[in-house]
Amino acid sequence: MSITINGKAVDPPEDPRVSLLDLLRDHLALPGAKMGCNQGACGACTVLVDGERVLSCLTLAAQMEGRSVTTIEGIGSPDVLAPLQQAFVEHDGFQCGYCTPGQICSALAMVEELRRGVPSHVTGDVSSEAIAFSSEELRERMSGNLCRCGAYNGIIDAITATCRETAE
Amino acid sequence: MSIFDDAKQAAQGLVQAGMAKAVALAPDSWVPGGKPDPLIRQRHGAIGKPVSRLDGALKVSGKATFAAEFPVEAMTYAAMVYSTIAKGRITQITVSEAETAPGVVVVMTHRNAPRLNPPPAFLSESKAAAGDSLPVMQDERIYWNGQPVAVVLAETQEQADHAASLIRVGYEAEEAQTTFEAAREQGTQQSRFMGQPLHDEVGDAQDAFAKAPHKIDATYTTPRHNHNPIELHGVTLYWRGDGSLRVHDAQQVVAHTAYTLARTFGIDEKQVVVTSPYVGGGFGSKTLWQHQILAAAAARLAKRPVRMVLSREGVYRVVGGRSPTEQRVQLAATDEGRLTAILHRGLTVRTAHNVIAEPFILATRSLYGAETFLLDVHHVDFDMLGNTFMRAPGEAVGTFALESAMDELAHELGIDPIELRIRNEPEKDPISGLPYSSRNVVEAWRSGAERFGWERRNPVPGTVRDGGWLVGMGCATATYPYHRMPGGAARITLSADGRATLDLAAHEMGMGTSTAQTQVAADRLGLPMEAITFNYGDSTLPGLIMAGGSQQTASIGASVIAAYNKLVGELLKLAGNDSPLAGLKTEEVGSRDGGLCALDEPDRFETYASILARAQRDTISVEAEPPMPLETMHWSMHSYGAMFAEVRVNAVTGEPRVSRFLGSFDCGRILNSKTAASQFRGGIIMGLGLALMEETQFDERKGRVLNPSLSEYHVPVHMDVPEIEVMWTDIPDPHAPMGARGIGEIGITGTGAAIANAVYNATGRRVRDLPITLDKLL
Ligand code: FES
Ligand code: FES
Repeated sequence: MSITINGKAVDPPEDPRVSLLDLLRDHLALPGAKMGCNQGACGACTVLVDGERVLSCLTLAAQMEGRSVTTIEGIGSPDVLAPLQQAFVEHDGFQCGYCTPGQICSALAMVEELRRGVPSHVTGDVSSEAIAFSSEELRERMSGNLCRCGAYNGIIDAITATCRETAE
Repeated sequence: MSIFDDAKQAAQGLVQAGMAKAVALAPDSWVPGGKPDPLIRQRHGAIGKPVSRLDGALKVSGKATFAAEFPVEAMTYAAMVYSTIAKGRITQITVSEAETAPGVVVVMTHRNAPRLNPPPAFLSESKAAAGDSLPVMQDERIYWNGQPVAVVLAETQEQADHAASLIRVGYEAEEAQTTFEAAREQGTQQSRFMGQPLHDEVGDAQDAFAKAPHKIDATYTTPRHNHNPIELHGVTLYWRGDGSLRVHDAQQVVAHTAYTLARTFGIDEKQVVVTSPYVGGGFGSKTLWQHQILAAAAARLAKRPVRMVLSREGVYRVVGGRSPTEQRVQLAATDEGRLTAILHRGLTVRTAHNVIAEPFILATRSLYGAETFLLDVHHVDFDMLGNTFMRAPGEAVGTFALESAMDELAHELGIDPIELRIRNEPEKDPISGLPYSSRNVVEAWRSGAERFGWERRNPVPGTVRDGGWLVGMGCATATYPYHRMPGGAARITLSADGRATLDLAAHEMGMGTSTAQTQVAADRLGLPMEAITFNYGDSTLPGLIMAGGSQQTASIGASVIAAYNKLVGELLKLAGNDSPLAGLKTEEVGSRDGGLCALDEPDRFETYASILARAQRDTISVEAEPPMPLETMHWSMHSYGAMFAEVRVNAVTGEPRVSRFLGSFDCGRILNSKTAASQFRGGIIMGLGLALMEETQFDERKGRVLNPSLSEYHVPVHMDVPEIEVMWTDIPDPHAPMGARGIGEIGITGTGAAIANAVYNATGRRVRDLPITLDKLL
């Protein structure tokens, strides 16, 4: 069985030790997913697997057979940016840009989680259907994506400007 | 350090001191910046506008290519083995299993590594870039716990990692110097910064302190820190058939690194090409460390290209960080709160193999107009990885001590801490005696206090409560000097189709340099931004321009001014007698609307296209170097900020949170209001980390870093960071290029103290030992 990556079928690697992140970066020349720690601590490697956010450094490529992976390259291109990508530029949601693909992938799935009513640590009433689209909710839910340049304010602004309506 | 080196440094110091006096007394017009940059007057161009990053679309779509992402044919992947002792020798190293593991191309140890020269250590000479001057895998000696002892190259990363795990190393350990107390007993040494001793005396500070009616005497300690850029240190490199070395690196000093690699491999500087178009954060760490040298050495053995990406642990083992400090601050004041003495002395840690000591007294030298001063930094040498500079070396931790002490003094005197600072505003630099080039810190204080709502602060600590949280406000001064290092240069190429290209060996690590400098170039050349191409991050381009010390903007600015003036001179020559510009001198001419004009008579104008056409030229290209940076010996040049923090401390758990923060800055003219705001915020957030969570834990028994990962070394995450307000005076510095002083480091200064002071205001607990973790507040 193959892995679908940005809509294209790809064979799983022969070496079962290969992580999804290394498959993307070293084998498929898709370096949009970044490596900041290779141990699940920074979020730079976040990609979407069947729409859910996943740390690709902690995911073995072999586990991805039959699944659909979307990387930042599958979300938009420099000429045709997705609205959230455009908002990151507009709100200066990055400086060096290294954590950025992970932040964007994470944010896209996070907004869906909010919409589905998945509660977080700061959600007051976990039984309520709708979760308020607050800065606190966003910051809590994005805390797995580190940004050493400290573009956090711009990231939250970009997500708010783009995703508020989708989430509510 | 040998006696010879000491003597050389002392002599250098004397020459510098003599020259400094002459430059201080020279007329303004003889000094660079004596005549304000004409761009300061121009208020309607691209400068200052909130232009979005020009490389933004590439970065948000994963199309910006970082060092470890350049595709190369026949690549090998590297993994390393690190020593587990701090000092001693390798007695045995078994590599046979690794050599025969699947996919392995080469295993390199000191036994088969190519012979290399020791690399010159950063700041030991003008082009040096290495973290220390130790030999790199040349013998069995171990100098620090974590030193690379073997490199494996394999066809894939997985194969290299596995093979590295098969290498067995035996050591004979020797007693290592890894504890503060033992090192201190052996004696401390005078520290230096850029060759000059970190020691200042004005008047008799001890006597003034003894006699003062009000005084503070406190010791502050700060831990080790690591830069932790999210991009791991990585390099892709290969040797070419002609013996030259091509390096795709993550760099903030491309030209320095090319030079230092060339010296290490004993080849000509021109044979090493280092490029670095995108850097995933640096903060002082993306310079030359052993990994690039080892990658190049292994590539030579294997005759194959190498990609070496350090693991996160590897970064802690191979790339140095900020050293710990222990600082004693004594302040003495009159009843009215006038400072009569500032004593700021203490100790830091270094290795014997570099020339870097954390210069924590730098800010204290020029911040307040005390009558007497006694400032000093001493260090002890450890057997450890070379420490290095990290964002605002000196100021980041020095202002924590000084500005905490100022808050303690304000409390002792019963004076508002902002008022205390304003009362001690100096007329001129209290140590150098130089006039300030531009100092508007009082304005920053007043406007910041108003915006933050400082008047709502209750000065009695521990009295404001909101449910289960104790709430407090604190403030501190931020400051960072204007630097401009010698060695800048720029090339401008103008073409008949009205486009200009600027070439400089400068860097973009996320500071927004390429965008802001495109704005500046557009205004300087009178062209639209779209007509400008700004090339950087390539050691073959002109200039020795470090992205460090917040000096890159000034260095690029001065270099481009020099090249621009030369360009105007050449264009006037080409224009000849038939041009409306005929008879004008270079300094009487400026640019607008794609051409040159007389500054006093803008209608005397000719387009670049017309000048080039008449001269039958398609392009004109000039290269120039700016004058030596003597302006810093003629004026005291610094950026300032007034920092305000509101914190909430959980009354039960002691957990401290920053709930509001405002930085009010005075940094000269701001070149791009969007990217500048991000720079300020980024510095403040790193300062928040310094205040509340960051610490590289160093095991004094083993000399080993205990928390080499992003899960154990805590940096601020989304949830730790409130909305941060930033504002600025935007008053141009008449003596800086474009009127702009650097903004990259000031945000981390003052922030630690502002937060510590707010914690005191909230709880009545004065924490003098960073980071302020909840156990210290229970
Ligand atoms: S690289 Fe996967 S979490 Fe850091
Ligand atoms: S933009 Fe540099 S780490 Fe986030």
